[in-house]
Amino acid sequence: MSGADREVPAASPAPGTRTEIWRVRVDPKACMGTGICAGVAPDRFQVRDGISHPTAAYVPPEDQVVDAAESCPLEAIRVTHRDTGALIAPEE
Amino acid sequence: MTITDPHPFPFSEPDELRIDPRFEQIREKEPLCPVQLPHGEPAWLVTRYEDVKTVLGDPRFSRAEAVRRDEPRTRYHRGLPGNIMEFDPPEHTRLRRVVAKAFTARHVEDLRVRAQEIADRLVDEMIAQGPPADLVSAFALPLPVTVICELLGVPFEDRTRFRHWSDALLSTTRFSPEEIERCAGELSDYMAGLVAERRKHPQDDLLGVMVAARDEQDRLTEDELVAMGVGVLVAGHETTASQIPNFVHTLLEHPEELARLRADLDLVPQAVEELMRFVPLGSASTARYAVEDVELSGGVVHAGEPVVVSTAAANRDTTVFTCPERLDLTRKEAAHVGFGHGPHHCLGAQLARMELQVALSTLLRRLPGLRLAGTEEDLVWKAGSGVRGLEKMLITWEAAA
Ligand code: HEM
Ligand code: HEM
Ligand code: SF4
Repeated sequence: MSGADREVPAASPAPGTRTEIWRVRVDPKACMGTGICAGVAPDRFQVRDGISHPTAAYVPPEDQVVDAAESCPLEAIRVTHRDTGALIAPEE
Repeated sequence: MTITDPHPFPFSEPDELRIDPRFEQIREKEPLCPVQLPHGEPAWLVTRYEDVKTVLGDPRFSRAEAVRRDEPRTRYHRGLPGNIMEFDPPEHTRLRRVVAKAFTARHVEDLRVRAQEIADRLVDEMIAQGPPADLVSAFALPLPVTVICELLGVPFEDRTRFRHWSDALLSTTRFSPEEIERCAGELSDYMAGLVAERRKHPQDDLLGVMVAARDEQDRLTEDELVAMGVGVLVAGHETTASQIPNFVHTLLEHPEELARLRADLDLVPQAVEELMRFVPLGSASTARYAVEDVELSGGVVHAGEPVVVSTAAANRDTTVFTCPERLDLTRKEAAHVGFGHGPHHCLGAQLARMELQVALSTLLRRLPGLRLAGTEEDLVWKAGSGVRGLEKMLITWEAAA
């Protein structure tokens, strides 16, 4: 349930590494346009014509992106490490 | 613009499931309409689909501000202190994440088999008794109540007690303010008791998950924990329980659509979406306050002004839905806003969808020739409640020889 004790994937760079970049994707087939993600992270998601779009595909690590992915009822948002592809959120 | 000469709102007493024609005029001519709700200060009423989404979804509109103000509302009661509707992101996100996982589409799918069992057992009992049956008490109420009790971890045997409390909280005029406050107190004491019970005997139900989130991770306060339990219990059954008979009633009034659905039960998920769009369940949303000036299609809402939205009016917006007053079960247009929009988008939406799908398919499959047992005049509609629906709905069907 919790995000606080989310395990850091083994392949991820050491915490605090400046170069760490995340990739944000929305599965347009799963998204129902609820607008929850855009409410949680307005800088990172925009809903247009009933589908959410990340405002940027690559973002620095930040809680609001994880929060959005964990809040999506359709689990349509995937946040991964750009370099390793390891899943950051949502929790499986 | 400022909010002057407000129209009394709701415009009229609910008339079964009909929408007051004034909504259509207002949506076209007065997209920012000054209204006075039964309680709280005057507000703007917003009715256009895109505007409704902006008010509910844009961070320039706040729920937290409403708590500090005399917010416009249809009910006397303002909700328990610490309930999730009192917060904006990121505080709101902190609370919502405690429960969000339990309500994802994936997790709700796991509950479908159990919901189907409950629905089948209820219909078995109706068939054993033989027609006529009261759809409300025999099916529409016990189905969502059993589901939410099991999910949350509330004893089903207590349902008559919390149903009375929940009725009072949802009431607009049926109970006095003193009664409502007393019921709110009793319901939260009851929930606090269940929480204490979880601390002694940990469980892996949702209440147990919430208690662990508080005790082990300090993710919410005790007030927030109790208010969340009450909110899920109240919001989790009254709405769905009202919609089941509302949907059946609407289908009976549209025999061609009903025949289509009977002929192809694979249409049920689509039918549920269209019925959610079509049936006006509540009169107005909880209010949002503009925290800065915001331009909507009909003008500017100034910082500090409250806005209420009508999702029912938005769901009939002619710029979004063709012939919106027509029930068309295979409509493929924009998504309805019956579950709201933005950060407060209904937590239980996936659960409600699943329950409504199970309810419709089970009733149509197992009760051939389902129809009203009496006439329209025999139907008892709820009065003085925030949600529209039937108090009692006698139905009959072709009993097997
Ligand atoms: C945190 C928990 C709660 C949530 C999430 C919640 C959510 C909702 C939602 C989504 C609706 C439908 C609104 C619409 O159709 O536009 C609704 C309606 C309503 N809810 Fe709640 N509710 C909660 C708790 C409560 C409580 C505790 C009460 C009673 C005090 C209450 C009273 C009502 C009433 C009266 C309506 C009818 C709509 C109206 O007239 O404004 N709700 N609620
Ligand atoms: C057909 C049934 C239902 C309808 C029409 C409905 C409608 C709504 C709407 C319109 C809202 C947004 C209120 C606003 O923004 O002012 C809402 C919120 C909410 N609903 Fe529902 N609801 C239904 C069933 C349920 C169920 C089964 C649950 C059980 C968990 C539930 C729990 C909630 C909660 C907790 C919120 C507040 C969410 C938040 O503040 O983040 N609802 N609902
Ligand atoms: S929260 Fe999920 S379903 Fe809702 S708009 Fe965002 S991506 Fe789509």
